[in-house]
Amino acid sequence: MNLPSNLKYSASHEWVKVEGDLVVVGITDFAQKELGDLVFINLPNLDDEVSAGEPFADVESVKAVSDIISPVSGVVAEVNEELLDKPELINDNAYEAWIIKVKNAAGMENLLSAEQYNDLISKEG
Amino acid sequence: MKLLFERSVKGRRTYLMPKSTFPKAELPDHLKRKEAPRLPEMSEVAVARHYKELSKQAFGVTSGFYPLGSCTMKYNPRVNEAAAGLPGFTGVHPLQPKDTVKGCQEVIIQAEKLLCEITGMDNMSFQPAAGAHGEFLGLLLIKKYHEERGDFKRKRIIVPDSAHGTNPASAAMVGFTVTHVPSDSEGQVDLEALKAVLDDTVAGLMLTNPNTVGIFDRNILEITRLVHDAGGLNYYDGANLNAIMGWVRPGDMGFDVVHLNLHKTFSTPHGGGGPGSGPVGCKKILSPYLPASKLGDEEKEKSLGQVRSFYGNFLVVVRALTYILTLGKEGLPQASGMAVLNANYLMQKLKDVYPMAYDRLCMHEFVMTLEDIKKKTGVSALDVAKGLLDYGMHPPTMYFPLIVHEALMVEPTETENRETLDEAAEAFMAIYQKIQEDPESLHLSPATTPISRPDEVNAARNPVVRYSFDKQ
Repeated sequence: MNLPSNLKYSASHEWVKVEGDLVVVGITDFAQKELGDLVFINLPNLDDEVSAGEPFADVESVKAVSDIISPVSGVVAEVNEELLDKPELINDNAYEAWIIKVKNAAGMENLLSAEQYNDLISKEG
Repeated sequence: MKLLFERSVKGRRTYLMPKSTFPKAELPDHLKRKEAPRLPEMSEVAVARHYKELSKQAFGVTSGFYPLGSCTMKYNPRVNEAAAGLPGFTGVHPLQPKDTVKGCQEVIIQAEKLLCEITGMDNMSFQPAAGAHGEFLGLLLIKKYHEERGDFKRKRIIVPDSAHGTNPASAAMVGFTVTHVPSDSEGQVDLEALKAVLDDTVAGLMLTNPNTVGIFDRNILEITRLVHDAGGLNYYDGANLNAIMGWVRPGDMGFDVVHLNLHKTFSTPHGGGGPGSGPVGCKKILSPYLPASKLGDEEKEKSLGQVRSFYGNFLVVVRALTYILTLGKEGLPQASGMAVLNANYLMQKLKDVYPMAYDRLCMHEFVMTLEDIKKKTGVSALDVAKGLLDYGMHPPTMYFPLIVHEALMVEPTETENRETLDEAAEAFMAIYQKIQEDPESLHLSPATTPISRPDEVNAARNPVVRYSFDKQ
C-alpha cells in the first residue's frame, strides 16, 4: 500500500500535508482504489468553512456517490479546479491530486501517522 | 447498429400529402425557420425495422426473468393498456369543459378512494410525476404542517442509512438538513440511535418498510411513536409497498404521509415504457395543504398549489386503477403474498452458497453479499451480475444498498412461476461453479449479448448525448 510517511491521515481516508501556512487535503490511495474510477467531483467554494468530521466535497464513481470528510477545521484557501474536468487525476495519483488547501487549520493533532493508518486499513481491507 | 440519422436518405417519405386547395397562409418572417429541421427521412418499414432491431438489443420483462431488486419489475398486464387506450381517455384535453370529462373525474375519485384504503390514508394527490417527485411533495406537506403551527425550528429530517438515495436528496431539495441513523445487526432502525437524535428540531422521519434490505422492521410502531412524541411526522416511502399490499397499511403503522410508485406496485410501465406516477397520500391533518388534483377542484385556501401541470400522468392512473379492479380485494394481498413467497423460495435455494446479508426470512426481496467470495476468488458482484446475462436473465441490482458490501439484491416479484425461479437458481449455481473452477472466465462475461461490457467509466466521463451532424 502506497502511504507516504511525510503525510498525516484520517480514519475517513483523507491525507493531509502542511505546506507553509496552509494544510493540503486529498484522499488516500486506498480510498481511490475502493471507490473505483471517478467520473465526477463536487468541490467547495473559496472561503467556505470546513469542519473536521463533516463532508466538504463529494466524488462519484460508476458505483456510487461518496462524501469526502474534512480531516481538519478551517477555511478553504485554494481549490484544485483541474479535478472538475479530470477527476481521474485522483485515480492516477491520489497524493499528487490534492483537493483543497485550508487556512487557519485546526485539529491536526487528531490525525493518524502512516503507520497508524496502515493498521486501520489492514483491518478494513 | 445504425442510427436513424445514418439511415436517412434525402427525400424518402412514407406519406404523400394531397395538394392543398386552400390559399397558403404565410407566417411573418421572424417566426419562420431559417433552415428545415434536420429530421431523419425514411420509409415506414425502415423505421419499424429500426425499432424492432433496437428492441432485440434490449431486455424487458417480456424478454425474461427480471429480478432487479428495489425496482419491482412485475409484468404489466395488457388489459391495463386496453383501458388506457380507450378513446374517452386519450381524446380529452385538460382544458375542455369539466362536465364533458366525467369519466376521467371518476377514475381519479375511484383511484383515490382505493389507494387510500390500501395505504390507510385519508386523501391523495395524483400530481407528482414519479416517486422522488412524490417525496418532494410529501416533505413540503410536513414543512407546511409545522409552519402552520408557528413552529419554524424543525429543520431536520431523519433518514436511516439503508434508505433509497432519493430520500436525503428530496429532504435537501425542500431545505431540510438530513440526520442519518444507523441500522442494527438485523438491518432494522437502531432504536437507541434514533432516540439520541430526536428533539424539537426534528420535522420528521422518512422510512421504507420493508426496508431496502427486504426486512420488515418489527419495531415500526415504536419507531413512529417515538417520532410523534418528539413532535415530528412520519413519512412512508412506498417503494416497497409490493411486499405488504393488502396485508398491513402504512396508515396503521403510524405514518402520516406516503408516496406510491404506481409504476412499481400497481403494474404500470417503468422508464422508457411510459411515464411514472408518484401519488402522495396523507392523513387528515395534512389534507388542507394537498394540491387540488381532482378535475374541477379549485385550490383550497391553504393548498401548496400545483407541483405539476394539470392532473399528473393521468393515463398511468388509469392503468393502476385497472390493475386494482382486476385483482380486487382478494387478488391484491395474494399478489404481495406471492411476491414474498417467491423471494423466500429463491433465497432458500441460494443461501448455502451465496451468503445472505441478513439471516432471517425476507419480504419481497433479499440481499446477498459477495464480500468473502471477492476476497477469496477475485470475482465481484459485478462479475456475477454480468455472468447471469449469459443465462438469459436480467441481473439483480448491484452495489445497493450501500450498507452491504458487494451487494446483489434480488426481487423476483409475484410474476414468476416456480419453474422460472428454479431456472434462475440453476443459473446462480452454474456461476458459483465457475467461481470455483474458472473465475477468470467471469471477468470476461457476458459472451452472448450484443455488447459485452460497455465502457461505463468512459461513458460517464465523456458522455455523447446528441447526434453530431458534422460527421456527415
